[in-house]
Amino acid sequence: MTASTILRIRGVAKRFRSNLGETLALQATDLDVAENDFITILGPSGCGKSTLLRIVAGLEVQSAGDVQLDGRRIVGPGADRGMVFQSYTLFPWLTVRENVCFGLRERRLPRAEQLEVAEGYLAKVGLQGFADHYPKQLSGGMQQRTALARALANKPRMLLMDEPFGALDHQTRELMQELLLGIWEAERTTVLFVTHDIDEAVFMGSRVVVMSARPGRIKVDRPVALPHPRHYSMKTTPVFSALKAELTEAVRAEVLAAQQQSQAGSPLAPAGAATEASP
Amino acid sequence: MKPLQPVAPGARVVLGVAFFVVFVGAWSFATFGGFVSKTFLADPLTMLRSGWTLLTQMGFMADIGMTVWRVLGGFVIAALIALPLGVAMGAYKPVEAFFEPFVSFARYLPASAFIPLLILWAGIGEAQKLAVIFIGSFFNLVLMIAVTVGNTRRDLVEAAYTLGVTDRGLIRRVLIPGAAPEIAETLRMVLGWAWTYVIVAELIGASSGIGHMITDSQALLATDQIIFGIIVIGLIGLASDLLFKAVNRRLFPWAQLGR
Repeated sequence: MTASTILRIRGVAKRFRSNLGETLALQATDLDVAENDFITILGPSGCGKSTLLRIVAGLEVQSAGDVQLDGRRIVGPGADRGMVFQSYTLFPWLTVRENVCFGLRERRLPRAEQLEVAEGYLAKVGLQGFADHYPKQLSGGMQQRTALARALANKPRMLLMDEPFGALDHQTRELMQELLLGIWEAERTTVLFVTHDIDEAVFMGSRVVVMSARPGRIKVDRPVALPHPRHYSMKTTPVFSALKAELTEAVRAEVLAAQQQSQAGSPLAPAGAATEASP
Repeated sequence: MKPLQPVAPGARVVLGVAFFVVFVGAWSFATFGGFVSKTFLADPLTMLRSGWTLLTQMGFMADIGMTVWRVLGGFVIAALIALPLGVAMGAYKPVEAFFEPFVSFARYLPASAFIPLLILWAGIGEAQKLAVIFIGSFFNLVLMIAVTVGNTRRDLVEAAYTLGVTDRGLIRRVLIPGAAPEIAETLRMVLGWAWTYVIVAELIGASSGIGHMITDSQALLATDQIIFGIIVIGLIGLASDLLFKAVNRRLFPWAQLGR
């Protein structure tokens, strides 16, 4: 990767306040994302990987640190960072075509151009025939493909994906991975992709980042030495398996750590304090 | 019968009509069988006959027109003010914090209790009738619209922001279209309530309208006319309800999906 850094994350931390006190969800995290990179972020649930992504999206405000896109500080959400969520977020009152046009209309692009762009991206995700359908008439996989087309049509500097295929069944998920990878290989949009699926992280990413149990921080950062274009048969190559084995170990250790944490914090844990307090 | 098992469309209509038949049957049995005095309850045939006389000879059509006009007038004024205010309250929490406590209090004030006061202020003319309808429907409308808009799915709001929407665009292109079907349902429901207020308004200090005809008939012990008036109100209510539902289905086809 000789390309320049477009996203710079420096010392970003996030604290959540609740009536039980303060939790540190994310501790001072640094990450540089190069132009055209496809970074996958792995980690146990609750490690703050989604929080990090949401901070980059501008949907959440960090408690400390700084995020810069192209040298400009991120202060809120914007069209330069397209996002695909795990939940289905198509606007149910708009057809597939109008959903894809949503951001373009906001930018007041001429209608003919809007339709042309929408047509192009719907073709890329294989939904030409469904432009006039409403989201509720589509399967989950088709809804996520539309959401991807909607985000890409806006020509964002970066694409942020928060477990976008997490709600899909295994077969659909694998097809979606190939579809997204095919589009990325053609367009090279910079992607930040959160997942807990190790196969997915290795297969999709040009770099895999593993985060530790809460409070999250970056523990492992590995380039993926698989050539592009990638074919699903690569999932059985030695390079793939070796990296998968290493990441599995790293994630497993964090999942165990997370479990111990939650057991220690649970009311079922043996409490020695009570006996000490009595005379 | 199993719980929550849907009923076939044909059977649904038959069952719905069947209850009307049972109802009229019981009524006929009680009146024609001589179990209740004619003074207290007219039989169905007498009711229809005097209804026909009312319509053809006593200008009841004008009364009906008057009542419909009052309901629609008061309701439309209430809706025109409630819509922007409700949307503003749903979208902007400080606006909601400012109005919500008062509106919550005001909506429990019975519209009919205002009638003496309104007669004092506005006389017994049309302004007073419209004001009763307005008070009866406005506060409920505002509150229900505000809740609907405020309940917009947060993930849709976030998605819109990542697509570059501005705050104004968010209201215009996400909050309002997303809440529209439920707001239309609210309008339909509150219009139904407005019908009950108009009759109360017409029972006191009116010289026309269905409610006025009913009070006149009470003085004459004409239960046939009273029942006819009540049934006319029911039929108009049913018709406006069906019309509203049909319009909503046309306007918001997407909201019908996956129900």
